Amino acid sequence: MKIKTILAAGAMSVAAIAANNAQAGAVLDGIKAKGFVQCGVNTGLPGFSAANAEGKWEGIDVDVCRGIAAALLGDANKVQYTPLTAAQRFTALQSGEIDILSRNTTATLTRDVKLGLTFLGINYYDGQGFLIPKALGVSSATELDGATVCVEPGTTTELNLADYFRAKGMSFEPVVIENINEATAAFFSGRCDVYTTDASGLASIRTTMAPNPDDYVILPEIISKEPLGPAVAQGDEQWADIGRWALAAMIEAEEYGVTSANVDEMKSSTNPGIQRLLGVSPGMGEALGLDEEWAYRIIKQVGNYGESYEKNVTAKLGVERGLNALWTDGGLQYAWPVR
Amino acid sequence: MADNAKLPPLPTGTFSARAVAWSKKNLFDGWFNTLLTLGSIAFLVWLIPPLVNWAIVNATLEPTIEGCAEVTGACWGFVNANLRLILFGTYPFEEQWRPLLAMIVLMGIICFSLGGVKYPSFRKAIIPMWVIGVPIIAILMWGGMLGLTYVQNSYWGGLPLTLILSAIGIIFAFPLGLLLALGRQSTMPAIKTISVVYIEVIRGVPLITVLFMASVMFPLFLPDGVTIDKLLRAQIGIILFTAAYLAEVFRGGLQAVPRGQFEAGDSLGLSYWQSMRLIILPQALRLVIPPTVNSFISMLKDTTLVVIIGLFDFLGTVKLALRSDPAWTKYYVEGYAFASAIFFLICFSMAKYSAYLEKELRKGEQR
Repeated sequence: MKIKTILAAGAMSVAAIAANNAQAGAVLDGIKAKGFVQCGVNTGLPGFSAANAEGKWEGIDVDVCRGIAAALLGDANKVQYTPLTAAQRFTALQSGEIDILSRNTTATLTRDVKLGLTFLGINYYDGQGFLIPKALGVSSATELDGATVCVEPGTTTELNLADYFRAKGMSFEPVVIENINEATAAFFSGRCDVYTTDASGLASIRTTMAPNPDDYVILPEIISKEPLGPAVAQGDEQWADIGRWALAAMIEAEEYGVTSANVDEMKSSTNPGIQRLLGVSPGMGEALGLDEEWAYRIIKQVGNYGESYEKNVTAKLGVERGLNALWTDGGLQYAWPVR
Repeated sequence: MADNAKLPPLPTGTFSARAVAWSKKNLFDGWFNTLLTLGSIAFLVWLIPPLVNWAIVNATLEPTIEGCAEVTGACWGFVNANLRLILFGTYPFEEQWRPLLAMIVLMGIICFSLGGVKYPSFRKAIIPMWVIGVPIIAILMWGGMLGLTYVQNSYWGGLPLTLILSAIGIIFAFPLGLLLALGRQSTMPAIKTISVVYIEVIRGVPLITVLFMASVMFPLFLPDGVTIDKLLRAQIGIILFTAAYLAEVFRGGLQAVPRGQFEAGDSLGLSYWQSMRLIILPQALRLVIPPTVNSFISMLKDTTLVVIIGLFDFLGTVKLALRSDPAWTKYYVEGYAFASAIFFLICFSMAKYSAYLEKELRKGEQR
């Protein structure tokens, strides 16, 4: 694991040197010339980006790229996907192999500044949690002193776990298993008391892998912040703007109740916010260097944020909106206004 | 003529009497062998019935998650439902006849080339076949001409990718390995040093490191705007890696050829390359068929490591299918069992062919 960390750190420092060398407008011009967006995605994380039985990429991260392609190129299908591992993702962005990275990537200060990335927003608020068997009789993570914990190595998950237990003055015994299938099998066979990973992962493991999902609960404590979002390389501000506002348009469309089904009727809405979003009152598209129908196409072809979430995350993983509900419903999704 | 007097007398008596005699001699010969026999029988009784029950009796082929939930045995329905994803990865669904055809062409050329041992008339056509066949495969896979839509190679995957990586790997690693082996034997210090350093450095690092460097570090050293394709980088990494191992295999063969053979070449007035081509290499390569095929088999299996750089070889697409829907994830045993069956089939064929090749090439000595 250490070697991986060192290699990743090495890659990061080289990436930092390579950063900031993209010329203004270069990425955007490149995309227009080739006619598609090259989108870096996860090699397989259901709900975020995974290939379906026909080999087509699907997921909430994939929809971000599709939305941007709809806004910029007029067709949500004008996207080519490059599946990337965690170690490769930043190099791929810096070397120009991909135009945008939409791969459940946590936005952090060092990634933003040292790696020369620009995060476009947050399309999924995640955080690390605990899954336990009901039979353990525990209702809070603070009662987990002395527990054996199954954890996958190499991510921040393992470090967060140690931090949390140390901060609470509790002891734990880690059972570190590299492969997710083996790790979950170990947990469900009773090898450990607790399984920990990001909350989205816990929910899907509980619904799909547990012999009987009702025998297991996710504890209320979330011990880390994992704001996941798409990112582009610094240096092409116009390209970053288009990406940022495409994501914002998806969220704002949900705030206004504009869906892929009713977007045509909504064009005749009298709400000035909707009129601006859908280009009925012009100006927004022009400001971005696009035509006025840019957001209309995103919603028509891809759907609003809520639709994308339902179709991918809720349907595939059985995870409710939670933190990812709109701010008006007690969640954190709050779009910067398109005006 | 064989000496019949030395053969043991043929067993006589009824079939059951012979069976008892045979098993006494072969299975229950002393307490140790008796123990081993009984132990093995117990192991098979313990293993086989549950395995058959799981894999066949209680299994289902129905390609739905509901169908699989109803059975206690293997869910082959997972493989059935995702077969095209497992075979071809993310290659566009409507275009998957192209990798299928490319795979058939590739297998055809390979079989034709291998048949050259048995049918000398094939041999002249082998090189033209590859020269024509490889562009056909490339056109089928990439497209972009002849009315075929262009498919980026980030979409290639599954069995065609495994076969292409392996076949191209073998074709290029073989001559490179040969040159390195000759270089290491060379009397010219510069060439010898380069070969030794190359072989030792590459053998000193794991393939996973070579792939990782090729995929993560290498692009950062290229000038701005220049990107070398990910698949190509992986392919070159595999070739360079395999060549270093093959070089040592070939060196073993070269050293086993008697000194006199080299001198014979010299005394006939042959140039270095002539004597290598006509005298030394045919003998040296024949000696090292088993370790060479060994290297090829291990290379074929090593191609599965490309999954760490985001390429989906055949094993990678099984993983992809497991994650295509979280409900399938728990059927990973079936997925991996299917993958290992296919890999076994390919590797076993290679091993069988190598045994056949040895036999064919030894005919000259047996006469």
